[in-house]
Amino acid sequence: MNRVIAVFTKESFLVPAAAIILGLLTGAVAMLAGGFNPIKAYASLVEKVFGSSYNFGETIRQITPLIFTGLSVAFAFRTGLFNIGAEGQFIMGMIASTAVGISLDLPAYIHAPLAVLAGALAGGLWGAIAGYLKAARGVNEVITTIMLNWIALYFANYILNAFFVPVGQQRSEMIKDSASITIGWLSQMFDSARLHWGTLLAVLAAVFFYVVLWKTKTGFELRAVGLNPHASEYAGMNVNRNVVNAMFVGGMFAGIGGACEILGVFHYQAVMAGMPGYGFDGIAVALIGGNNPLGVVLAAILFGMLTFGAAGMKFGAGVPVELIRVVIASVIFFVAAHGIVKVFLKPILKKKEGGN
Amino acid sequence: MDWGTILSNLVHDTIVFSTALIFAALGGMYSERSGVVNIALEGMMIIGAFTGAVVTFFAQDAFGSGAPWVGFAAAIVAGAIFALPHAVASITFKADQVVSGVALNFLAAGLSVYLTKIIFHGAGQTTTLSHVFGKWHIPLLADIPYVGHALFEGYPTSFIAFALVALSWYVLFKTPFGLRLRAVGEHPRAADTVGINVKRMRYTAVMISGALAAMGGATIALTTTSNFSHNTVSGQGFIALAALIFGKWHPAGAMGAALFFGVAQAIKSLVQIFGLTQYVPTGFIYMLPYILTILVLAGVVGRSSAPAALGKPYETGSR
Amino acid sequence: MRGITKRFPGIVANDNINLVVKKGEIHALLGENGAGKSTLMNILFGLYQPDEGEILINGKPVHITSPNVANELGIGMVHQHFMLVETFTVTENIVLGNEPKNGLQIDIRRAVKEVEELSRKYGLKVDPTAKIADISVGMQQRVEILKTLYRGADILIFDEPTAVLTPQEIQELIEIMHNLVKEGKTIILITHKLKEIMAVCDAVTIIRRGKVIDSVAVKDTNPDELAAKMVGREVTFKVDKKPPQPKEVILSVENVTAMGNRGVNALNGISFEVRAGEILGIAGVDGNGQSELIEVLTGLRKASGGRILLKGQDITNRLPREISEAGLSHIPEDRHKRGLVLDFTMSENMVLETYFHPRFNKNGFLDYAAIDKHASRLIEEFDVRTPSIHTKARALSGGNQQKAIIAREVDKDPDLLIAAQPTRGLDVGAIEFIHKRLVEQRDKGKAVLLISLELDEVINVSDRIAVIYEGQIVGIVDAKSTTEQELGLMMSGGKRMQGGGSDE
Repeated sequence: MNRVIAVFTKESFLVPAAAIILGLLTGAVAMLAGGFNPIKAYASLVEKVFGSSYNFGETIRQITPLIFTGLSVAFAFRTGLFNIGAEGQFIMGMIASTAVGISLDLPAYIHAPLAVLAGALAGGLWGAIAGYLKAARGVNEVITTIMLNWIALYFANYILNAFFVPVGQQRSEMIKDSASITIGWLSQMFDSARLHWGTLLAVLAAVFFYVVLWKTKTGFELRAVGLNPHASEYAGMNVNRNVVNAMFVGGMFAGIGGACEILGVFHYQAVMAGMPGYGFDGIAVALIGGNNPLGVVLAAILFGMLTFGAAGMKFGAGVPVELIRVVIASVIFFVAAHGIVKVFLKPILKKKEGGN
Repeated sequence: MDWGTILSNLVHDTIVFSTALIFAALGGMYSERSGVVNIALEGMMIIGAFTGAVVTFFAQDAFGSGAPWVGFAAAIVAGAIFALPHAVASITFKADQVVSGVALNFLAAGLSVYLTKIIFHGAGQTTTLSHVFGKWHIPLLADIPYVGHALFEGYPTSFIAFALVALSWYVLFKTPFGLRLRAVGEHPRAADTVGINVKRMRYTAVMISGALAAMGGATIALTTTSNFSHNTVSGQGFIALAALIFGKWHPAGAMGAALFFGVAQAIKSLVQIFGLTQYVPTGFIYMLPYILTILVLAGVVGRSSAPAALGKPYETGSR
Repeated sequence: MRGITKRFPGIVANDNINLVVKKGEIHALLGENGAGKSTLMNILFGLYQPDEGEILINGKPVHITSPNVANELGIGMVHQHFMLVETFTVTENIVLGNEPKNGLQIDIRRAVKEVEELSRKYGLKVDPTAKIADISVGMQQRVEILKTLYRGADILIFDEPTAVLTPQEIQELIEIMHNLVKEGKTIILITHKLKEIMAVCDAVTIIRRGKVIDSVAVKDTNPDELAAKMVGREVTFKVDKKPPQPKEVILSVENVTAMGNRGVNALNGISFEVRAGEILGIAGVDGNGQSELIEVLTGLRKASGGRILLKGQDITNRLPREISEAGLSHIPEDRHKRGLVLDFTMSENMVLETYFHPRFNKNGFLDYAAIDKHASRLIEEFDVRTPSIHTKARALSGGNQQKAIIAREVDKDPDLLIAAQPTRGLDVGAIEFIHKRLVEQRDKGKAVLLISLELDEVINVSDRIAVIYEGQIVGIVDAKSTTEQELGLMMSGGKRMQGGGSDE
C-alpha cells in the first residue's frame, strides 16, 4: 500500500496530473469567456464517451492511433531525437496500406498482415530519412521531420489521385475485404463501432517498446545514445546507426497506426485537405506519458476520450470542438514548463510534508 | 504574353508570396539570435492572421479603407502578447523550447478557430472582408515597363517587409542592442558578467519575434485571402522557419531564402495558369519548397552557423 | 568580506568566511578544487548572493547584487573559462555592455581607439580588430583583463589564470600583474598552485572545505606549510615509484597526421613509442593537438596519414570498439562528456564498453543480474563511494565518478592505458589515488600514456616525457633529469617564442 502511495506522489506522476487539471481549467476559463457552461460541457464530454456502447467503442477506436503515434514520439525521444514527424509517418503508413489493400488479391491471413507490414515499413522508412539526414549530414531532425510531414501529405495525395481515386471522387476505392482488420463480432457487440485488431497491436507495441529499450542490448545502446551520444561513441557504439534505427522504429509505430486507420476503420483513404493530426497529438501523448510505454497508453486513453468526447460538448453545451485543442495545447504547455506546475503544486506538497 | 510580361508577373507574384515569409523569418531571427528556438512562428502567424482579419472586420464601418491598417496594428500587439507564454516557459521556467513552441502552435490553431466560431456564430471562417490592403503604385517608377509592375507595384506590407529587413540588419549589426542580443545568443554568461540582463534581452527578442510573425500572418489575411480560416496560414510559419535557417540567421539571408520559396509558389501558380499540370503534377510543386529545404540543409548549411547558445536555457547561478 | 556563508543543496560551499585584502597588494586565495574559492569570488562579483555575511569596500558596506553592481564598485573578474564571445572581435568583446555611442549606433572607431590606449597603458598587447576565435589563448586572457580595466576596475580577481598558459606566458602574466599593482590596482589571485603564490603574492588566505584555515603574509611562510594547510595533512606531491622496467614496444605512432575541428591539420606527422612497463607523459600547451591525438588513437577521429600499431597490429582508423577490444583502455579527458552516461545507473556505466560480451549479453537480451554483480565487484575494489549500484552516475562526486571510470578501464586489463587529464578538478586525495593506480598499471608491465596540461603531474608521474607542439613531438626527455624550464621552452616550440601577438 505504501508503495502505491509512493508511486502516486512521485513527481513523474504529479506533474502530468497537475498539468492535465490545469489544462482542463484553462479550457474552462476559455469556455466561460465564450459564454458557455464549462461544467455542463465537461459533463457532456464524459456522457458522450460512456453514454452508449457505440460511443464507447468509438472512443477506443480514437485512442488506438494515439497510442501508436505517442509511442512513435516517445521511442525517438528515448534516443535523444525529437520526432515531430509522426504525422508524416502516419500518412505514409496510410497510403502504403491503402496501396497494398487495394491492389493485391491474397488470402486474408496473408493480405491483412502484409498491408499492416507495408504501412509499418513505409512509416519506418519515412522516419529513417530524417534519422539518416541527422546521422550522415547533421541536419536537425526537428526541421526535417516538419518538412517531411508536408511532403508526405502532398505525396500521399498525389499517389491517391494518380492511382486509386476514381475520376471525380475525393476518396479511394475500397480496400479488399481480405485486407480488412476489422473485428466483426466485437464491432457488433459495440453497436457496430469500428473496432479492429489494431488496438491489440497497439498494446503489443507498447510491450515491445518496453522490452526492447530496457531488456535488450539494442535498447541499452539506444538509451545510451539518447542520453549521451559522445560517451556512446567513446564506448564504441555506432551512434549514427542507432539514430537511424530509432527513427525507423519510431516511424514504424506511427506507420502501423496509419495502416490500422485504413484497414480497420475506414477501408478507404480520402484525399486530405490538411494533416490528420494524430501525429501532432502523439507529441502531447508522449510528453504526458513521460515517454514511457505505460504512460503513453494512459495518456492516449485520456486524449482519445477528450477528442472523441469533444463532439459531445458541441452537442450538449454548444461549445465548438476546437476548444479541446486549446485544452490539449495547455496541457502540453504546462508539462513543458513544469516549473509553472510546481508553483501550483507547492502548497499541496507542503501540506503533505506538514501532515507527516 | 511575351516573356517580359511573364517574367515581370513572376517577380511580382514572388514578392507577394514572399512578404509574409519575410516578416515571419525576421521574427524568428530575433528570437533565435537571442538563443530561444522558435518553432511557434506558425502559431504566431495564425494569431496575426486571425487578429488582423477580425479587427479589420469590426473596424470597417468606422475606418473604411483605413481598417486594414487598424487590423494590422492590432495583429502586431496580439502577436507580441501571444509570444509571451513562450518566453515565460522557455526563459523563466527553462522549459524545452521546442515543446513550448509546439504547444503554442496547437493553441493558436485551436483558439483562433474557437474564437472565430464564437464571433461569427458558428462559422469556421470570418466573413470576407470588404476592405483589405490595396496595391501601391510608386509614382513614375511603377510606370517603367516590366520592371515597374515587378518591383514598384505591390501591397504596402511588401514595402514594409523590405524596409524591416534593412532596419533589422542595422539594429543587429550596428547598435548596442544588436551587439547585446547576439552576445546573449552566443554566450549568455559572458553577457551576464558584463551586466547585460540576459532574461530581459530574451523576453524582448521573443516578443519582437511574435510581433513580426503576426505581421506576416496579418499580411496573408489582409492581402491574398481577405478572410481568416483554419487554413489561412497552413504551414507558412514552418516555411519561414526553414527560410531563417536557410538564410543562416541573417536578415538578408532570410529575405533571400523567403524570396526563393516565394518563387517556388509563384511558379506553382504560373504552371497552373499555363495548364502545365498534365506534365508536372501539382502535388510535386506543392512539395517543392519542403524538398528544397531538406536538400539545402543536407548539402549546404552545416551545423555551425546557428547561435551557439540556441535552445539552451540560461541559469544565473549555474555552477 | 565578513562572515560569508553560502549554501547549495546538500553542501555548505562557504562557511563563515572572512577575507581581508589590502589596497595595492596581490592577495592569493589558496585551496583545493572544490574548497569554495570560486564560490566566494562569485559572491564578490555579484554572480551569487551570500546567505549570510557582509562585504565592505574601503570600509563601506556594499550589496553586490549583480555583476553590474560589482563593475560599478570597481571589481573586475578575469574568469578561468574566458567570458568571450567567439564570433565577436576583441573590441566588441571589451566594450560589450558599455558601448560608446554615436547617435543610435555603436561608435566602433572610438571603441577601437580606447582599447588601443588601454592596451598601451598597461602593456597588454592585443589586436583590437581580430576575432576571438582566431587569437591565441594568451591574447584572449589579455582581452579578459582589458575588459575589466575598460570598466574601470580597481580590484581584479584572477581565477586560476595560469591553467592554460605556458611557463613563459606565466612569466609574462606575472609581469602584467606587477604592472597593474604599480598602477594602483589590487589583485586577488585564486589558485591551487603554491609556486605562483610564492612568486607574486604579498599575502595568502587558505580555505579548506569552505572554511578559512589561515591568512598569512607570503614572506612568513613556505610552500610545505601552505600545502599542509591546504590539504589538512602533510603532503609531498611526489609520487612513490620504483624505477621503470620498460620492455617491448606496445604502441607505436608513426608519422600520423589528422585534421582538427577548424579544418586545418591538428596533427602534423607525429611519431612516438610507448613500451610495456613505462609511463610516457605528453606535455604541452592546450590546443597543440593533444585532444586530436587521443581521438585518433582511440578511433574517434580519422587519421589522414601515418600508421598506429598496437602490439604490432595496425589499428589506424579502426572503429573505437575494435581498438578497445584489441587491448586499449582510455580514461577520457572530459568525464562528463565522454566517460559516463550521467543518467545511467552506476551499474550500467560499468559495462558501457562491455555490455555486448557474452557474459552480459544472452542472444541480444542483457543479463542484468550479471551486470550488477560485475559492477558491485568493481565499485568495492576501487572504493567508489556510491549509495548503491543503481544510483545514477550524476549523483556522485567528481572524484568518485573518476574512480569509477578508472575501475572500468583498468578492469578491461588493457595492454595500453591512455589517461587524459585524469585528475582534472579533483582534490588531493583523489589525485593521489589515481596516480597510484597509474603507477600500479606500469608495474604490472602495462604501457601507460599520460596526457596532461598540468606540468607538475607529467613530471611527477611519467618515466619519459614527450613534448607536443603544433601537432608534432618536438622532443622526448627523461622525467628524472629534465627541468620545468627545459620543458617550457619546448612547449612553446623551442626557439620560437609564443605569447606576443597572434599565433598566425
